Amino acid sequence: MANVSIHDFHGGLILDDHKALSTQHPIAPVYLPKTLVVPLQQHIGQIADPCVKVGDHVLKGQLIAKASEYVSANIHAPSSGTITAIDEQPIAHPSGLNALCISITCDGNDKWTNLPDSILDWESTEPQLIRDRLRQSGIVGLGGAVFPTAVKTNTQNKPVNTLILNASECEPYITCDDMLMRTDPEKIVTGAKILQHIVGAKKILIGIEENKPQAIEALNHAINNTDIEIIVVPNKYPSGGEKQLIHLLTGIEVPSQGLPLDVGILCQNVGTCVAVAEAVLEGKPFIDRIVTLTGDALAKPQNVRALIGTSIHELIEHHSGFAKACQRTLMGGPMMGFSLPDIDRPIAKGSNCVLSLHEVEPTQEPQPCIRCGECVKVCPALLLPQQLYWYAKSHNFDQAQDHHLFDCIECGCCAHVCPSKIPLVQYYRFAKTEIWASEREKQQSDLARRRHEFRDARLARLEAERKARLRKKKEVLENKPKAKGDDPKKAAIEAAMKRVAAKKAAQAAEEKSS
Amino acid sequence: MSSMISSPHQHDSNSVQSIMATVLLALLPGIAALVWLLGNGVLINLGIAIVSALLSEWVFLRFRGRNPVTAVTDLSAVLTAVLLALALPPLMPAWQVALGTIFAIVVGKQLFGGIGNNPFNPAMLGYALLLISFPASMSQWIQPQSAASNLDFSQAWQLAVDGVLPAAMAWDSMTGATPLSEVREGLLQHSMLSELHPDGSWSNLTSSGWAWVSLAYLAGGAFLILKGIMSWRIPLSLLASVTIVSGLLWLIDSNQFASPLFHLFSGAVMLGAFFIATDPVSASTTPKGQLIFGALIGFFIVIIRTWGGYPDAVAFSVLLLNMAAPTIDYYTQPRVFGGER
Repeated sequence: MANVSIHDFHGGLILDDHKALSTQHPIAPVYLPKTLVVPLQQHIGQIADPCVKVGDHVLKGQLIAKASEYVSANIHAPSSGTITAIDEQPIAHPSGLNALCISITCDGNDKWTNLPDSILDWESTEPQLIRDRLRQSGIVGLGGAVFPTAVKTNTQNKPVNTLILNASECEPYITCDDMLMRTDPEKIVTGAKILQHIVGAKKILIGIEENKPQAIEALNHAINNTDIEIIVVPNKYPSGGEKQLIHLLTGIEVPSQGLPLDVGILCQNVGTCVAVAEAVLEGKPFIDRIVTLTGDALAKPQNVRALIGTSIHELIEHHSGFAKACQRTLMGGPMMGFSLPDIDRPIAKGSNCVLSLHEVEPTQEPQPCIRCGECVKVCPALLLPQQLYWYAKSHNFDQAQDHHLFDCIECGCCAHVCPSKIPLVQYYRFAKTEIWASEREKQQSDLARRRHEFRDARLARLEAERKARLRKKKEVLENKPKAKGDDPKKAAIEAAMKRVAAKKAAQAAEEKSS
Repeated sequence: MSSMISSPHQHDSNSVQSIMATVLLALLPGIAALVWLLGNGVLINLGIAIVSALLSEWVFLRFRGRNPVTAVTDLSAVLTAVLLALALPPLMPAWQVALGTIFAIVVGKQLFGGIGNNPFNPAMLGYALLLISFPASMSQWIQPQSAASNLDFSQAWQLAVDGVLPAAMAWDSMTGATPLSEVREGLLQHSMLSELHPDGSWSNLTSSGWAWVSLAYLAGGAFLILKGIMSWRIPLSLLASVTIVSGLLWLIDSNQFASPLFHLFSGAVMLGAFFIATDPVSASTTPKGQLIFGALIGFFIVIIRTWGGYPDAVAFSVLLLNMAAPTIDYYTQPRVFGGER
């Protein structure tokens, strides 16, 4: 462990972590449900295209939906069985809306398809080929954004100095990364080495919060004889925010609205590293993940390995059961997670934690903002949340953008400390959505305007051409001397009459001959 | 807007009410010192102001068709009433106290949309109204630890409410100028400070008792800063600015201009610095803006006190800067994380 200085970031909160609740048991093995409902959009980017049809039998690990565009991700059958439906189902999404899913009735054999070959010599393999493998295997970032890893690691020749492994896991309650690090530190290190090879990073730093001593020890063992450095950071939410962690570890500020790549840094979650290692070394596609089942409503909070598409309800019933009535279920942690209207929804690639709460805060009616400035003190992005709130509320989106609305990472610190209990983050999301919508509208209206202008121009051109043709014709006619018998109409009539006469003569001749 | 439950799903236990209650608590030493100095009249002012504030807020919210319960119980109206009452001379006619408070609540606060929407500090609006409308009552401060400050509660009540003086007491003999206005009057008549009584010295301030009131406010303010209820920026920049501006004048001519110590510990500077200028709704909200806001209030306090038409200047300086706060905020946005340095 290196003795390096930590570059603290502004604001943040020291929260009760509630992590011990779910670290009392080892990670439970996979539970195979009767049916799996696999959403086609589990990642950032375009929805995947189904490449199976209802009635097909699929094997475990078989591709069932293809990445439709560059920023998209493949989806594989988490177990063997029969496709029973491809339709809209309730999923775990903040919008609460239904989305396209492939339903599989499992045959219980859990029979694997033929997996692609292991790339054991990855160190001497072209990075492009390894990225292709990640793309093929449907690997996405497991830190929260679920961004396709093959896209994120395509640095387009931008130099990467440092690869940072995000092991901070700063949200209360969530321990899936913690347990993974205790259980599988070698795979994390291997995955990190593979990622380092892909992006050509000079060094690897692991940033981890100090509340995970066992994970730190396990990693320390695993990094023996490597040049990977573990940097322990104090417990402060949101230390696991990408830009915050980069600052903690390096003192570098990622430019406002920029990417870590702009300063030669790439961040990856430790869970993603394991998925990368399994895809490269075993050819295993992304079909399961570790999920923290926790909260005071559960009888046996713990981490479990869960197949993508497993119903949350079944997962809880199988592994834990309820000890108390569940008042609220959150997907994710209490700071950034979203509440689920019900739990008959499937686990997806990004589902890190199911938080089942018996005791919830009473919902309080928001009171007016008194601009006390508590939010300014805790904002890690150095924003003025009270001003942003004011502008979002009054639909003054230009001012909101002037006040750096899009630098808000929605960590929720401001709303956490707000004495007036204003759902601030919700206002910021609303403002962002409105701005995106109006930009889309503007693009569409620009397009419509261009189309209209083009049509007008085309009509004008056609009209001009027609007029020009007419004028030309007229000129031709006017310039021709009007000679007698030259009248075309007369000539046509004469010709027609001649033809009629000839026909009549022919008919007469025929009648005679018969 | 929040029918859906939005993240975060856990919150601190603080509330508008708890903040207001803490500020009121921090005012207790100041209130105690003032009662010690000026007697029961202070309590009568406080009582009348609090009752009229709560009643007028209740009535007005009913007119606006709002539920008055949360607004009245958030203690913000009580705080406005207390701040105004502490700035008024004890034993002044009760109806004037009530009028000023009602104006503060109705015009200063509710007409703008209630708590959080008022551009001006409501208490200072009420104070300004009274100062302009009733200059006589507003300048008659009873003499510390005199017959007037020793009136018992019912005598004081009779005087304030009914205007009935206790037997064998004359109003003129009970009231007088505060050290602040006496020094100002003297200086405006081109007297030398050293010729004046009081001469604006520290011993003068402590012996008259006024300095102790200021010190009590200072203690309450320090408590609020240590508790993290308010930032140090406005009070400290205000006090520093008062010190620097008055100090420069004093250095130029210590016989024409009162010392920084006199400015700091007479009148309403301490109350203003810690409890009035810091009203978050009407003050500047950016960190840099708060420094400018406080410093300019301090600057105007000394300038108006020295050359203006009124002995004290906290109310006008605060109101002036309330108007400037949105502009100050606009030009003092902090650097965003990852923004240009």
